[in-house]
Amino acid sequence: MKKGPLAEIELDFKGDRSDLIPVLQRIQAVYDYLPKEAIQKIARWLKISENEIYGVATFYAQFRFIPRGQHHLRVCLGTACHVKGGEQMLDVLKRRLEVNPGETTQDGKYDLERVFCLGCCALAPVVTLDDKTYAQMSVLKLQGILDEHKKA
Amino acid sequence: MNTKKLRERRKQAEKEWSKFQNNRRPLIYVGAGSCGLAAGASEVIGALEAYVKDKKQDVDVVKVGCIGPCYLEPLVDIRMPGQPRISYSNVTADNVTRLLHSFLEKGEVYKPRLVGHFGTEKLDGVPRFFEHPMLAPQVRIVLRNCGMIDPENLDHYLARDGYKGLEKTLAMPWKDVLEVVKNSGIRGRGGAGFPTWRKWLVCRETESAERYLICNADEGDPGAFMNRSLIEGDPHALLEGMLIAAYTIGATQGYIYIRAEYPLAVERLKGAIANIRELGLLGENILGSGFSFDIKIKEGAGAFVCGEETALIGSIEGRRGMPRTRPPFPALSGLWGKPTIINNVETLGTLPNILRNGADWYSQYGTESSKGTKTFSLVGKVRRTGLIEVPLGTTLRKVIFDIGGGLVKEFKAVQTGGPSGGCLGQEFLDTPIDYENLAAAGSIMGSGGLIVIDRDTCIVDTAKYYLSFTQAESCGKCVPCRVGTRHLVNILTKICKGQGEITDIGKLENLSKAVKGASLCGLGQTAPNPVLSALKYFREEFLAHIVNKRCPAAVCRDLVVYRIIKEKCTGCQRCVQVCPTGAITGPRSEVHNLDESKCIKCRSCYEICRFDAIAGDAIIIES
Repeated sequence: MKKGPLAEIELDFKGDRSDLIPVLQRIQAVYDYLPKEAIQKIARWLKISENEIYGVATFYAQFRFIPRGQHHLRVCLGTACHVKGGEQMLDVLKRRLEVNPGETTQDGKYDLERVFCLGCCALAPVVTLDDKTYAQMSVLKLQGILDEHKKA
Repeated sequence: MNTKKLRERRKQAEKEWSKFQNNRRPLIYVGAGSCGLAAGASEVIGALEAYVKDKKQDVDVVKVGCIGPCYLEPLVDIRMPGQPRISYSNVTADNVTRLLHSFLEKGEVYKPRLVGHFGTEKLDGVPRFFEHPMLAPQVRIVLRNCGMIDPENLDHYLARDGYKGLEKTLAMPWKDVLEVVKNSGIRGRGGAGFPTWRKWLVCRETESAERYLICNADEGDPGAFMNRSLIEGDPHALLEGMLIAAYTIGATQGYIYIRAEYPLAVERLKGAIANIRELGLLGENILGSGFSFDIKIKEGAGAFVCGEETALIGSIEGRRGMPRTRPPFPALSGLWGKPTIINNVETLGTLPNILRNGADWYSQYGTESSKGTKTFSLVGKVRRTGLIEVPLGTTLRKVIFDIGGGLVKEFKAVQTGGPSGGCLGQEFLDTPIDYENLAAAGSIMGSGGLIVIDRDTCIVDTAKYYLSFTQAESCGKCVPCRVGTRHLVNILTKICKGQGEITDIGKLENLSKAVKGASLCGLGQTAPNPVLSALKYFREEFLAHIVNKRCPAAVCRDLVVYRIIKEKCTGCQRCVQVCPTGAITGPRSEVHNLDESKCIKCRSCYEICRFDAIAGDAIIIES
């Protein structure tokens, strides 16, 4: 690992076993997923087998192994959101985008994710599009947001 | 830095605070916690800044944490020079200019969005904020600073007696501090309620060159956000608490294990840690006491099971977050095999108050066995949702009906303790909330999620929801949890589809008991609680699904149909336009027709019809 973002990440860590998860988080922050090549390199650096790194990475919901779409839609299905109709929001998005949670649309524009609790339970149900959080959603509001976003 | 210098610094901070309190220019507070931002606080700030710039007004804007009544978000408060702070609710980018105009130019209180003022004197026509029905019954100890101070300003925390608890701590031998904590009666606020002092003592008395303190901020319970709000609104309370705990147990290194889903909280903590490190409250020889301690932040990577102590330790060590058998308990052998204490955010955040004001002061609140206050996130079908803090021993009725303002529809149950807790019905409304009472009812205190459900929520579906959650989050290490929760979900799904058999009830009960009894960690041992409590208190709903193939709450999709009420339909065509499958047809001004074979039960028509003032509820969902 001579140049590039990985070399920079290396400088910030001592190379301990306990650095594995923070290192993976940094790699994902740079590439938006965990590329195979990056895993190969950090395996050599941290002296942990690739196998074991995948074992750790796949355990945690945060890590992705394929690139995402341009825009990220997340539907919260925490308890409060579930009780207030979060499932309906997921349905609308599944139908409109023709994808299942964890997938990206054919044109690569949107990916859809279901999450358990974003911590805004008092404003349920909640949907996020990229960094923006939409509170107290309804099927109609959500459709309006999608229409507008597609136009923009 | 020594104690004397800290006191001088506090004096300086008090001056700053007094300037802040006696502002010469109009001061605008915006509630900008994650919940405020979700409700649109950043748009409000944008509009506010544009207005101020346009009108060339000299005002200061400060972003504060969540003060609790989330249903009123975004909250904007204004303090004109010489007047108390006055709070306004549900301010949007559109109406903020009207609010500002009324205040800054006409010098009038803006009535339409008025909540209350924070002053001590009476103010004509303006009620007091803390006399609001949601706030009056509360006792705010751990949340005392949330919404009151600028969380990014260390001076604000210092001026409000910040780090005085630490000062007192460092002047005492550790045994005396432990005694104070013991006498205060505080128990672990993460949910299990283990006496904090006992765990500490075991750790302290274990011979080791190194000991660790971990703050568990992996608030994974869906429906709970107490820890997030505290960290966002008052990060120093947690840090001071950690310093007190670390001194008592003799820890040299601390970790805060926090969810990556809480970016704002992480940012606030990083800033606060940098501030106190600069001040000399972190690092070597803190306040000349000889005590050295430092704190690192570890971001979680999205695994609910990492809230379990041993799994959390595994995750910090860079492994899969899978629990191991206990004993040995982490207090004896935890992180890297060293004695380790893991405390919840709220436990730690309460400590500065206990040390500052004394054990007797703290133990005046609460019940015989459960002392002090507890924060809850009050959510679901309750009118006033938000973050609250009440003395333990408060009844559920007081919380739901007085503080929460009751429900729009009929109360059915309240779920305490998240996926590890249970659904408690009407008969528990007068039960005082404490660790023992909730456990006796088949639920747990948990970290403080209170989800209120009404007659439109199906108990079977809710139990299925929780089990799907724990099943998905089961780490897979032990068979009872990995396989057992899967089967519980399968049976519940079958019942929700109307394919349940009467023998399924017995199967659910037996399997639940097996999973509870044989699982390795707390996740599996408590996972069946929602099913068991639902079966115990709401058996007839299971029977309705199984025997009559009906869902009384009209939630389970396979058991409901959508119908148009002919007498009410005005033929406005709104539902026709919104139906994604063309199941609703009919010309304008004539009663519409809904083709059941095409209906996918997406609820779009139901929602839009309710907005129609003339037709009213022309579309209903029946079971």
